[in-house]
Amino acid sequence: MTFTIPIDNGDAVKNAEADSQRTLYPYVTGTSIVAIKYKDGVLMASDMGGSYGSTLRYKNIERMKAIGKHSLLGASGEISDFQEILRYLDELILNDNMWDDGNSLGPKEVHNYLTRVMYNRRNKFNPLWNTLVLGGVKNGESYLGMVSMIGVSFEDNHVATGFGNHLARPILRDEWHADLSFEEGVKLLEKCMRVLLYRDRSAINKFQRRSLKKALQSLSHTP
Amino acid sequence: MSQSAVDVPPKGGFSFDMCKRNDMLIQKGLKAPSFLKTGTTIVGLIFQDGVILGADTRATEGPIVADKNCEKIHYMAPNIYCCGAGTAADTEAVTDMVSSQLRLHRYQTGRDSRVITALTLLKKHLFSYQGHVSAALVLGGVDITGPHLHTIYPHGSTDTLPFATMGSGSLAAMSVFEAKYKEGLTRDEGIKLVAEAICSGIFNDLGSGSNVDICVITKGNKEYLRNYMEPNPRTYVSSKGYSFTKKTEVLLTKITPLMERVEITEVGGEAMEE
Repeated sequence: MTFTIPIDNGDAVKNAEADSQRTLYPYVTGTSIVAIKYKDGVLMASDMGGSYGSTLRYKNIERMKAIGKHSLLGASGEISDFQEILRYLDELILNDNMWDDGNSLGPKEVHNYLTRVMYNRRNKFNPLWNTLVLGGVKNGESYLGMVSMIGVSFEDNHVATGFGNHLARPILRDEWHADLSFEEGVKLLEKCMRVLLYRDRSAINKFQRRSLKKALQSLSHTP
Repeated sequence: MSQSAVDVPPKGGFSFDMCKRNDMLIQKGLKAPSFLKTGTTIVGLIFQDGVILGADTRATEGPIVADKNCEKIHYMAPNIYCCGAGTAADTEAVTDMVSSQLRLHRYQTGRDSRVITALTLLKKHLFSYQGHVSAALVLGGVDITGPHLHTIYPHGSTDTLPFATMGSGSLAAMSVFEAKYKEGLTRDEGIKLVAEAICSGIFNDLGSGSNVDICVITKGNKEYLRNYMEPNPRTYVSSKGYSFTKKTEVLLTKITPLMERVEITEVGGEAMEE
């Protein structure tokens, strides 16, 4: 997909310069992310592949990262834009810590920040080519939301990006229910990841799973 | 040889005669009529004793539902059925055509039709039209060599598979199959899985909807279960259905067929002029 703005000055050189300042198409991409809310918090899973077009270039990319004390961010789409977003969020969390007021940014706040960032970039025709999944737990309440590259954002009990929309969502709609235990949640995510591995050509067989538990208020990483 | 005496048989393949005229019309601003697509979920799977085919029943014309209960499982031979996705006219026409060809072939050979015969006839036809006949088919049947299940794409390529899905809802249905299919399913397990896959397409894909049709083909027997499941019934506001206003006076509750009251006289007139 290409975004082109008609530029009055018909100079080819100038057009090329202007184009090189905007994202036209993604290069290194990550495939789907699948995430669910379960009884004690939030579970998220992704594979660890970065494709360069039709080549599987990178096989050890972590597409899910912890944000602050309360949130998990997962991204599909352009990897460099994901890294840029992580830098923005670093700055955000740092500034929040500098207030030193005992309060910390929770998942709702981070989700809202990301929505604004994505939407404003899209308005300038220079999008961050990602679909982001934001999950987290604060004050005993779990939260799970999604932002797309054009700024569409919503929250739900289970989300999936990329191919997961078509392959994982039907499974999640049928089999998700409130009060899933951790083991049940893991099994459900494994089912989704397996179907994605069968039918998504850019999926690889190396996975990453992260969870956020309510009670402990700490992140448990399980690669 | 004089040209009038020789009858040249029609050549197969795509005829490019109308292309120039169509291009000219489009340039002049004519919008080509949109096709009635079946925007579909169709599936097939091989179980212990044969083949089960399933389909939804919604036909769409762009964003509108044109037919809420159409039939997407087409008859090819007593032991072979074919589900069709894509342009409704194309799937109907191509399956009817191959069905008649199979029948003539049966008369000539005196044997039951084989699934690979239908497969070859279909793929030859579709390939010669280079994908312009927009029919994506799931062909299944049981013949003397056993149960077979094939998918045929609009450009003419085919696959032979133990379970297959086609149409806009194919990913939703395939996710169910990939999660739950195993070899050696019984008839009831197979029907349940096919119904689940079609329901997944009906509820998760906008191009599919309404009811589930199922066709079970085994050696020497076939069962066409039209509207096997109706998960989207029409619900009326009142549970009693339509009730007349209290002021309505009931005169008579007897039904008299009009034929008894109407006299039909044959007038010996002339035949219609041509």
